[in-house]
Amino acid sequence: MNFTMLKRMIGGGAKSFMRSGSVSFATVLVMTVTLMIVGFLIFLSAILSYTLAAIEDKVDVNIYFVTTASEPEILLVRDQLATLPEVAVVTYTSRDKALAEFRERHADDQLTLQALEELGENPLGASLAVKAKDPGQYESIVRFLSDDISNEVIIDRINYFQNKTVIDRLTSAIRATESAGAVIVALFALASATIIFATIRLAIYTARDEIAVMRLVGASNMYIRAPFVVAGIIAGLLSAVITLVVFYPIAWYIGESASGWLGGFNLFTYYLDHFPMIFLTLVGSGVVLGGVASWFAVRKYLKV
Amino acid sequence: MIYFDNVTKEYRDGTPALSDVTLGISPKEFVSIVGHSGAGKTTLIKMLLAQEKPSQGAVFFEEVDIHTLPSSSLHHYRRKIGTVFQDFRLIPNKTAYENIAFAMEAAGRADDEIASDVPYILDLVDLGDKADHFPSQLSGGEQQRVAIGRAIINQPDLIVADEPTGNLDPVNTYEIIEILKKINELGTTVIITTHNKGVVDAMGKRVITMEKGKVVRDDKNGHYIL
Repeated sequence: MNFTMLKRMIGGGAKSFMRSGSVSFATVLVMTVTLMIVGFLIFLSAILSYTLAAIEDKVDVNIYFVTTASEPEILLVRDQLATLPEVAVVTYTSRDKALAEFRERHADDQLTLQALEELGENPLGASLAVKAKDPGQYESIVRFLSDDISNEVIIDRINYFQNKTVIDRLTSAIRATESAGAVIVALFALASATIIFATIRLAIYTARDEIAVMRLVGASNMYIRAPFVVAGIIAGLLSAVITLVVFYPIAWYIGESASGWLGGFNLFTYYLDHFPMIFLTLVGSGVVLGGVASWFAVRKYLKV
Repeated sequence: MIYFDNVTKEYRDGTPALSDVTLGISPKEFVSIVGHSGAGKTTLIKMLLAQEKPSQGAVFFEEVDIHTLPSSSLHHYRRKIGTVFQDFRLIPNKTAYENIAFAMEAAGRADDEIASDVPYILDLVDLGDKADHFPSQLSGGEQQRVAIGRAIINQPDLIVADEPTGNLDPVNTYEIIEILKKINELGTTVIITTHNKGVVDAMGKRVITMEKGKVVRDDKNGHYIL
């Protein structure tokens, strides 16, 4: 295929896209709406994963030490924990700090503070707060601590065992939400692809007689097909650009008004930060679906 | 040049459209195929354009059995034939100029050739001033002249016209037939199917009469007799 033919195929596609005004307009309109669904899915999964990450972040396990445990012993445990691959952060709270925090928490509660004074000494033990990279990993972290017999002497209690049911439930809820989200995204993506295919098939159906005439006039299958594929790609590209433009104010508005409600997640910032990814996803799906759908839609009418 | 060898066509439900048709057409002939509706004229043309395959027999175009050609290379064969239809079959979103140019573009002809040939052909079919009109802006006679322009632009060996005057008034019919006659005089084989007695009788050329899928008459200087 030489340059002249290529130029004719692309030029022919662009021209017929412009001229079949109402059909092209309808195609672009449907594709835009469909790509918006794809875009909202991107936003939705971003919001979902942000929210889940925020919830996961709230889960931790506290290890309370007996009051007689010395600081070097505790720090040794901390360092051991920190080397575990499952552990994200370990925070050490000393006995004094625990007391200070306790006082602060009960600043309005004179009775408790009085009782504390009467005790004369600090009744609180030091503690370590452990955050795992994944909420499912707490069990193995806790097991690591209980396996070491030397720890048993200094560890008073680990609140994992009280929180176990809550953590487990939360973990499975997060997993379920994630996979439900994935299924929803997959379903809508499939629906979008189907809608785009159907729309383009309809647009090309209106040109079926034309395709037959082109065959009879002696045009090769390639020469007939290419302009339709080009027109499909143009429709996809245009729809993706329209979607990206329309999303700008939408993302801004949602970012402004719903950020607090979404736990600090700002959609507008997300849109700007992830623009290359969103751009590629929308333009890519528009162009690929438009082109591939046209390719298959024409095939049906080439059998003349 | 063209040879139908015992061609039979039965449609899927068993109705015969052509039965046992054998006929030959030589280069530079002008052949009219006449007959009632449903006599098999259009089926015969469709066989020749490889739009349909015969149930039995074969159709040869210069020694090639055209129904053995694969669909992907059929366009090379079809470029040797210019086709004109009763319903014109122009591409609706292309202008008169572009409809004619399309046949040249599809055949891979150079841009400068197209730029010089298309205006010449438009003048030949008397549409020089309507080059930028779309089919919907042209009358039936004008559309058919565009179709003829498209059929002859690549200088085919053969022009096939299926009821070319079927949708036209007498004046336009006369013009179209004159153009086809001129093309034939310049050395191109022409095959037309028609209902029009006046057209056939005025021509005084070979007439093939069909009835119920069979060739019933084949006259050298024929008349329209049914």
